Amino acid sequence: MNLEAIESEIEANVPGCRLVLIANPSPSGQHSLLLDAGHAMAVAIYLRDAASLRFDFCSNVTGIDWPAKELSEKVKVKKLVDGVEQEVEEVRKTTTPGSLEVVYHLFSIEKKLGPLVLRMSTGDRDANVHLPSLTPVWRSAELQEREIFDLFGVVFDGHPDLRRLLMWDEFQDHPMRRDYVDPDDYEYEPTAHDEVLRRANQHLSEGGGR
Amino acid sequence: MITVAGPTAQSELDPLSETSKEQLLEIAMGPQHPSTHGVFRMNVVLDGEHVVRLKPVFGYLHRNHEKIAESETYLGSMPYTDRLDYMCPITNNWAYALAVEKLAGIQVPERAEYLRVIVGELTRLQNHACLIGFLMQDMGASGTPLMYAFREREKILDLFESLTGARMMCNYMRFGGCRADLPAGWLDRAKIVVAGFPGFLDEYEQLLVGNEILMDRTQEVGVLSRQLAVSAGISGPMARASGVDYDIRKVDHYSIYDRFAFRVPLGSHGDVYDRFMVRLLEMRESVGILEQAMRDIPAGPIVDPKTKIRGFRPKPGEAYGRIESPKGELGFYLISDGSPNPYRYRVRPPSLINLTVLEDLCVGRNVADVVAILGSIDIVLGEVDR
Amino acid sequence: MVDEKLKNELSKQGIFTTTLEQLYNWGRSSSLWPLNFGLACCAIEMIATTMARYDMARFGAEVFRPSPRQADLMIVAGTVTKKMAPQVVRLYNQMPEPKYVISMGACAISGGPFKQGYNVLKGIDRYIPVDLYIPGCPPRPEALLDAFMELQKRIDRQQLTGANRPRHLNADEPSEFPVPRFGAHDLEPANNPNVWKAPLVQISQTGTDESGSH
Repeated sequence: MNLEAIESEIEANVPGCRLVLIANPSPSGQHSLLLDAGHAMAVAIYLRDAASLRFDFCSNVTGIDWPAKELSEKVKVKKLVDGVEQEVEEVRKTTTPGSLEVVYHLFSIEKKLGPLVLRMSTGDRDANVHLPSLTPVWRSAELQEREIFDLFGVVFDGHPDLRRLLMWDEFQDHPMRRDYVDPDDYEYEPTAHDEVLRRANQHLSEGGGR
Repeated sequence: MITVAGPTAQSELDPLSETSKEQLLEIAMGPQHPSTHGVFRMNVVLDGEHVVRLKPVFGYLHRNHEKIAESETYLGSMPYTDRLDYMCPITNNWAYALAVEKLAGIQVPERAEYLRVIVGELTRLQNHACLIGFLMQDMGASGTPLMYAFREREKILDLFESLTGARMMCNYMRFGGCRADLPAGWLDRAKIVVAGFPGFLDEYEQLLVGNEILMDRTQEVGVLSRQLAVSAGISGPMARASGVDYDIRKVDHYSIYDRFAFRVPLGSHGDVYDRFMVRLLEMRESVGILEQAMRDIPAGPIVDPKTKIRGFRPKPGEAYGRIESPKGELGFYLISDGSPNPYRYRVRPPSLINLTVLEDLCVGRNVADVVAILGSIDIVLGEVDR
Repeated sequence: MVDEKLKNELSKQGIFTTTLEQLYNWGRSSSLWPLNFGLACCAIEMIATTMARYDMARFGAEVFRPSPRQADLMIVAGTVTKKMAPQVVRLYNQMPEPKYVISMGACAISGGPFKQGYNVLKGIDRYIPVDLYIPGCPPRPEALLDAFMELQKRIDRQQLTGANRPRHLNADEPSEFPVPRFGAHDLEPANNPNVWKAPLVQISQTGTDESGSH
């Protein structure tokens, strides 16, 4: 299964879509295609119905959290110091905004092809978390997209029944996100260290035991 | 008798319309229920005995396996995979080991592959036998088929215990092979167990296959069409009972399944009876694979000597590895960022995805059929909720 | 209490003597009916215990009742998640007295291997009183049988009057416990202080950490 060939076939048949081939450096060789949210539905329908591809089996839908990363790099800049132009090292901080990613693994039952890996990314992790739902194309995405909504917070537009799957309805957080903090709880360990010891110290200073 | 076929006829019994509201009964089956295979809840709206709507509620066994795996090393997650589908711990280990081997490019020696096939097929045997036992118990056979199934399961668990040290939760696979080699005499004992299995299957078939009550309660019940099965991502014996010719052992050519001659049973009706029969026939094929594997197993190392155990850090990248577990397609999707812990660890749970069509299969049927249909889907809550 | 020698003599004549306490305890301990309540993997070992090889029926646990109203023993087998915890407490409340709880497996004792989970309740004894704990992951069927026999022995030793009388004969002790509600981030309350006291991690004066229980 040649991913470049599939990419060009999709680009030829779905006008306007923007695909990016993301190489996978691991020995598994499973490279993926990054879709843009606007044309994801059209690409999905084409992949499912095209006679040469027939990717009718959506096996796995995964959510991934990429938190915002701050990179600081030292840059040499020409600056005026005491009237003389000199090269000074300056620390520049760049923030790559975080995003939530949804990955689809597709297989073809008829042609015994796969896995074809598709990816979609949200704009950021707070306000811009909408992505089109591919449940109308592959029914197997129904429960898995609900789970991603529950645990990551991605809102899927066009999903027939988007509500929490695993956590209770009154739950507010999205627990699989990297910045989720567990509710505070007494922990007993025979040899406390790190986090448990820190929390035990905190409880002790706050008001002792019970 | 009213037969309501499919969602289109629901508008006549729309639960929101005022006239029919008083006639409808909403009940919760589960989470504590003798027939729900664990802590699973279904909010069923009934019109008399007929199901109008069925909404499953998940999450009662959500144990945060994926989150815990992000803070564990790769090998540290192996015992947790045992506890996913707790009826088949060894195949869960295998799927995870396969995914990591794809991620890191690890090869598995011959003898280890044969060992994996042997314990994997033994697991499949006891899973299918127990599933049929549980299905019968749910339908009212009050434990007798289950007793026979557990008798065989105990023999297989004894084999696992002498090989791995644990009855369930074997934690047997390692990246690049298996944890322990066969003790002396294990293969002979296993051959005796496998040789006795066709006799057990004959006994089972004699009790069950022509049983009128079973046929009445399961034929034409919960019919799953081939098209819906493929679209909903159904895999495993449930898909094959609907005519989808897809067995990952034959399609992906993983491990050494290409060396064994075995057939893949397919159903044509897609009802509960077909799912039950497919599993019975698969057990016979598994016995055949076991006989071939135990005859041909070579000597050699059981783990790839080049794999690092301590400080195992796969290169950054991702991999999706899947196997044909007794429940369906069990896959693991791993993303590595070069550290000892996976960045993202995802389990593709066959039981959860097979439940996508539960409402479609149950609407219009009786409440009693819901139990039979749920039993035939073969769910284990550890996998559904992870 | 009747003198042993007199008892033997009488029994040879066909007259059996006992105390009300012994009879009462014998009746209850020999027919403990468990609630059909398996949560996770330990449930499979519990089922194996009821099957032909390990047969729990010969100890009196002949029928596993699906309804809590008819059961007197709840074997909490498996991980109790926060989503399931209110249902467990509700079921416990619905069981009539005298009732017993066996916490089977590491998860029901303290959260087990899943202790770090955000949805895992760190032990069912946070909300309901537990009589016996069986360690193991999962415990072998023999361990469950051992626990069952231990419970039977405890019931046999119970005194019906006096300060040590069992809970159901003591009007002051509660037999129903408050059911936790689902909160925005956790269960509310996180535990029941009347039933469970948090063990403390103690930090010694010298600054080196030492741990001990309360």
